[in-house]
Parts: sequence; structure tokens; C-alpha cells
Amino acid sequence: MLVLGKDEKAKYPFLADAGKYLQEYGFELPQFGTDPILKDIVDKAYERVMAATSGSVYKSGLADGRAVQDRMLDVEILSFLFAIVLIKLANRHTLVRRFALSEARRAESYLAGDLSDRRDRSRVDMARRILHDLFGLKVEMRDYRYLIPVPDYLKHSSVFHEREWKLVNRQVEDGHVILKPDKTVRLIRHALTTYISEKIRDSPVPDMIPGLEGMVAELVAVADKLTPAYESTGEHPPCIKHAINVLKSGENLPHSGRFMLATFLLARGQPVEEIAPLFKNAPDYSERVTMYQLNHLSGRTGGVKYNCPSCDKLRTQNLCFAVPECDGIITPLQFGRRRKAAQHEQQHQSSDVEPAEEGEPA
Amino acid sequence: MNERDILFLESAFKKYYYDHISEIPVPDDILHREFGYQKLGVKGMTRHIQVKDAGQMRVMFMKTVPSDAYCSNSYYSFPNLDMREKDWRGADLVFDIDAKDLNLPCRRDHVLAVCETCGCSRMERERAEEEEKKKKKKKKKEGKEGERGAGEEGAGGPNLECGSCGQAGRVRPKSLPCKECITASKKQVALLNRILRDELGVEPDHMSTYFSGNEGFHVHVSDPRFRELDARARSDLAGYVMLSGLVPEALGVHKTSGLDRAELPDLGQKGWRGRFAKAAFGSKTKRAETISEMSKTSSWAAYARFEGIIREVSGDVGARIDAQVTGDIHRIFRMPHTINSKSGMLKTACTGDADSFDPYADAVVLDADETVSVECGCPVRFGLGRKRFGPYKAGESAELPVYAAAYAICKGFGRLAANATTVNAD
Ligand code: SF4
Ligand SMILES: [Zn+2]
Ligand SMILES: [Zn+2]
Repeated sequence: MLVLGKDEKAKYPFLADAGKYLQEYGFELPQFGTDPILKDIVDKAYERVMAATSGSVYKSGLADGRAVQDRMLDVEILSFLFAIVLIKLANRHTLVRRFALSEARRAESYLAGDLSDRRDRSRVDMARRILHDLFGLKVEMRDYRYLIPVPDYLKHSSVFHEREWKLVNRQVEDGHVILKPDKTVRLIRHALTTYISEKIRDSPVPDMIPGLEGMVAELVAVADKLTPAYESTGEHPPCIKHAINVLKSGENLPHSGRFMLATFLLARGQPVEEIAPLFKNAPDYSERVTMYQLNHLSGRTGGVKYNCPSCDKLRTQNLCFAVPECDGIITPLQFGRRRKAAQHEQQHQSSDVEPAEEGEPA
Repeated sequence: MNERDILFLESAFKKYYYDHISEIPVPDDILHREFGYQKLGVKGMTRHIQVKDAGQMRVMFMKTVPSDAYCSNSYYSFPNLDMREKDWRGADLVFDIDAKDLNLPCRRDHVLAVCETCGCSRMERERAEEEEKKKKKKKKKEGKEGERGAGEEGAGGPNLECGSCGQAGRVRPKSLPCKECITASKKQVALLNRILRDELGVEPDHMSTYFSGNEGFHVHVSDPRFRELDARARSDLAGYVMLSGLVPEALGVHKTSGLDRAELPDLGQKGWRGRFAKAAFGSKTKRAETISEMSKTSSWAAYARFEGIIREVSGDVGARIDAQVTGDIHRIFRMPHTINSKSGMLKTACTGDADSFDPYADAVVLDADETVSVECGCPVRFGLGRKRFGPYKAGESAELPVYAAAYAICKGFGRLAANATTVNAD
């Protein structure tokens, strides 16, 4: 178990034991609705959630992660914990996801700072402990580069799409991938986001706090605007699911991936207005540009409607994540429809490995 | 394959399994693997079989006498259920190196085109040349008549009719034993093993290399640290091994900011960087020259130049594995120490000195003492089990040791002679 100082908790508030922390302070939740002393904490918590919904990272009052005043540290930690209370009250999954992502990104910058701190070894060790205890990443340090065992690297890097994250484009030696501090923490963003999401999911749902109904209602309204209707519609093929997940987690989806996703959803009859919000988390998101492009692809402007690429094409673009159910289809749009009866004869005469599904019935 | 040939092969396989059943290694965690097998003369594959223990596995062999036996590299909670209900728990890593993919020039001289219907054979290169000619002729004709497109595509390829029996779509390329192909494949295997051990950190204890029984090699990695990697991570690993997807940025060459010298691979460096530097520059001096040349050109020109270098050397610097095989986590693989019905040879573990391993002797396990009379046609000589055979004129009958007879029948260019009395007529 990690033992944390207060300023560490302020940097990594998701490590704090929420229940204990509030208890130590002697606060009861209902007090947050009325007590003027707690108002700055409530406001900050709200700010934190709102920053997350707009896709940005909440700027804390910590100077380089070290606040001078004790009170400021408290506000940092308590506002995080209370933000979770607000999210639980609002009960919207979008808020959980976005908040977790934004807090992960915030923590990331502190972790990177700590991993490259050449004056204070204890900060380096602390950050390494976090990587190890939370994500099972046992990283060794060599001259402020971090050595990550190849299988651990691959477990985390497979969510990335940028070519730089492919193993072949990394320095690999003696069973380790060698990364700079910023890349080391970037590697675990997805895992960190999941960790924070789970933390939120597992915390208890409090009773509504009198005095905060309005604030919670506002959060609900914001969340509902963000949640596009497509999320509830049927089973998408793995390539599409993957693309949606990449966007959700704030990763960069290459142009080809965006093209695939947009043309797929358009072909399924999703209106442009519902597709656009999907791209909100993209690092380079611009509503105007996105709408323009979607309208263009849909044929609304320009008159030419673009088709969803074929599976073959997507395979060459590394966007295909075929599962057995993909057998025999040629475009993602056919996914889920019945497989063609035509069986391809076993063509690979001298292959000693057999494909996932039976070639033909006996 | 006719009924008599099937009976002959089955009895030869059965005899082998009867004598050697305990040599088939029992897969780790056998209960959570999927087994599958094929039988001669039966189309398709029996899959999704769960096997409780070594005893049950042996019974399966003795009872069914499979022509080919497979086991998953994956571990499942319910290996006997349908693919989507199996509940995948992990998988060993597998790499596949196939001589066919190396595509050496010698293949011209040892790949036959065998008709699976009538058993006639000739050199594959002759068949391919003829097909080319026909295609051209047809094109010309169609061009003259002003027709375009229609049917053009479907003319060639595997659908071409057999020259002797006239049946379409049954002519297949079959490779005969070739030392050069095996030597080259072994080199790839050695490179792969070095990459796995020195760069990816796999303990030698966790690596096993097998000759597939026909033309390829499999390397299995049972290191538990790699077990849970998903398909995508495995593809990424395969990319590393093949050195595919390398970008100039990883060499310190950037489109706008130019060369970052400290990042440019150097000879003697560990990992792919050292291997790449050796192939790309050859020597320290050459590397220094390249750097100074680059400083004289624009950054984008340098970038383009490195894209070219990468394209040129990657294929040789990386190991030539079949990435599809490594990336797919739902396959089943031929089991070690079982017979491969494409050749009648054994999938064999290559232990000890790889150089001295000679698959065309070491993997030949069927009877060498008994002989049987076979009708075969094979336009070239081939070596097997330290003996040389052929060439045979079409329909020529020859008295062959059982292993060679099985080989000819498995490859499709031989069948038991009408007067043959089989060794084992139980
Ligand atoms: S096979 Fe087609 S539908 Fe399936 S994942 Fe690949 S691209 Fe998507
Ligand atoms: Zn024929
Ligand atoms: Zn050869």
C-alpha cells in the first residue's frame, strides 16, 4: 500500500481513500450543500467536472505540483473527491468517462514531472511505485530513461494507433522497451483512465444533497447533450467498435479511421448531427470542420456520397480487427448479417496451421 | 485419393502411432486446449474437441488414426464450445516460417503441378508459363474482336483445367524436398530465435522449434508473460520481428527538423538498431558518410532517402515469418510428433544443433525396410530418407520403401500399383 504525503495526494487524488479522507476532516456530505466554508471546494469540484466535459484538463492551483498553503492542498484533494460525489448524483456514464480521462491526463503531467526529477529521487521512486502498484508495470530506470518489459509494453500500447507506438519504432534491448518519462506515462493513460473510472463506479451513490439540486441538474443537462444516440444501437463490427473506443479514450484516430467510422455510421442512417459529437475528444477537434466534413461525406454538400471502405482496404490500413463472425463479409456493413453459404475451399495447400473456422462441413 | 491408397496410408500411420504413441508430447494444461483432426478421404476437419488427459489423447489417436492432428495454442475455459463461447484465456505465441514464402529461385526446379484428380504431374513453372501464354492469346483475341473485360479474369489461376484429365480447379503446386529451401528457412529460424532471446527477452527454456513435416518451421513460445497478449499486440510483435512498419522518425530522421544524430542507429547497438545499421550502412565509415551527405540535403530529401533505405533493407533485417499466423489467436496447430499427411513425414522438434538437423532424414519415420510397388510420375529426382528417387515417367511403376511410397501418395503424384500387395492388410 502506498503511503502518501498530502502534496502527493493533491497530485494523485485518486489514490486517496475517499471515505477516510472526508471522515478525517469531520465533514458530513450534507454540509457541502450549505456550509459557506466548503463553497470553494464545491465550486472547484464543479469546475473540474465541467472542464472534463469540454475535453480539457482542469488546471489546478498547484505550482509544479507543490502548493505552499495547506488549505490549497485540501481543496485540491477534496474537490476531486467531491467531484465524484457530483458525478454519482448526476448518474451519467459520459461524465464518468470524460472526468476519468481528464483526470488521467492531469495526473500524467505530474507523473512525467516526477519521473524526470533529477533533484529529488524520492519523487522518482514514488512515481515508479504508482506505476507498479496500480498497473503492474515494473519499470527500471537507466539515466532517466525507463525500461519496460516487452510484454507489459505491448499490453498497454495496443490501444494506440500512431505508428510511433508500434514496437518496431521503439528502442528495444534485452527484453525491454526504453522510453522517456513522458512516453512512459503516456503509455498508461488508458489504464489510468480505466482505474479512475472504476474508482468512481465503485464508490457509493450518496443521497441528494439539499442545496445542490440545481448544480446536479446542470451536469445532467450537459451530459445528455454530449451523449449521442448511437451508443445504444445494435452490434457494430470490431473495426467500428475499436474506432469508437479510440475516440472515447481521447486517442488520436487517423484520418482513414475517421473516414471509415463516418461513412459507416452515415450508411447505417445516423444523422450528421449525431455523429459529430463522437469526434469531440479528438485532440484536434473543431466542431465547424467536423460538421463540414461530415456533410461532405454524406453527400449533403457536393452531391457525392462516399461509401464505407471494404474490409480489404481496412485491413491494409490496419483498421481491421476481424473476429470469427467477420468471415465471409467484404464490408463492415455486412457484419451481423448471415454469413454467405458459399464456402471457400481450403486453398492453402501447404499451410500447417488451420483457420479459425471450419473450412467446410464434413 | 482412392480407397486403396487411403487404406495403405492409414495402416502405415497406425503402425507408427502404435509404436510411438508415448512420444507425442502432452500439451501443457491439456484440459483447456482445443483439439482437432482430419481423416483421409473425409472432407473438412473435426474441431472443438476437449481432451481430459494424456490417456484420452492417446486413445483419440489410436481410435481415429488421424491424417493430421491439431491442438490450439490458445487456452479456453470451454474448448469444446463454439468459437464465441469458448472464453479465451490466453495463448502461447507461435511463429511460422515457410519455405514457400521465401520464394527462392530454386523453387523453379522442385515445385510440381500435380492434378489431384488424375495424379499427373509436371513442373509448376511449365504450367505457369503455359497459362501465361494462354492468357496473352486470349487477350489478343478479345482485343481484336473489340470485346473487353468479360471473363478475362476467371481464365487463369487455380481454375485452369488439368492437361490430362481435363478437370478444372484441381491442379495444385506441390514442393519436393530441397536442401536450399531448408537451409534458407533454418537461417530465418535462427534469426527469429535470436530476436526472441536477445531482444524480446524470451528465455530459451520457453522456446521450442519444430519442423512442420513439410516445408516449414514453427517456433512456439510458452513464456507466460506473453500469454495474455491480444491479437493486436501479437500483430505488433510480429511487425517487430519482421521489421515492418518502421518509420524514419524511429531512426532519428524527421521531415522538418532533419536528422537527430544521437538517434540514428549505429553498428554494434543492441536490438534492431544494430541489425539495421549493419544492413543499411555496412560500416562505421559509411555511416559517417551518410550523415555528412545528409547534412547537405534538405530534411525532406533526407527523409525520403531513408524511406527508401527502410524499404530496401527491412525484408532482410527482419525475420520472414507469416504475420497472420502470429496475430491470429483462434487457430489450431499441427501437434508435435504427429504425421503430416501432406508428406507422410513427422512434425519434429529440432533440438540440439540446428545445422545438423536434416528434416528429409530426421523427420522420415515410416517404414524404410518394407517396400511396396507404386505407380508414379515425377519429372525430377528427389532425395528422401538418405536415398534418391526418380525421375519417373508418367505411370512408371517403382518399388519404393513404405516411407517414400507414402510420400508420393501424399504429394499426389503416386498411387499403389494395381498388383501391389500391401504390407499390413489387417
Ligand atoms: S473484417 Fe471487416 S468488419 Fe470485420 S473487423 Fe475487419 S474490417 Fe471490420
Ligand atoms: Zn488431371
Ligand atoms: Zn528450394
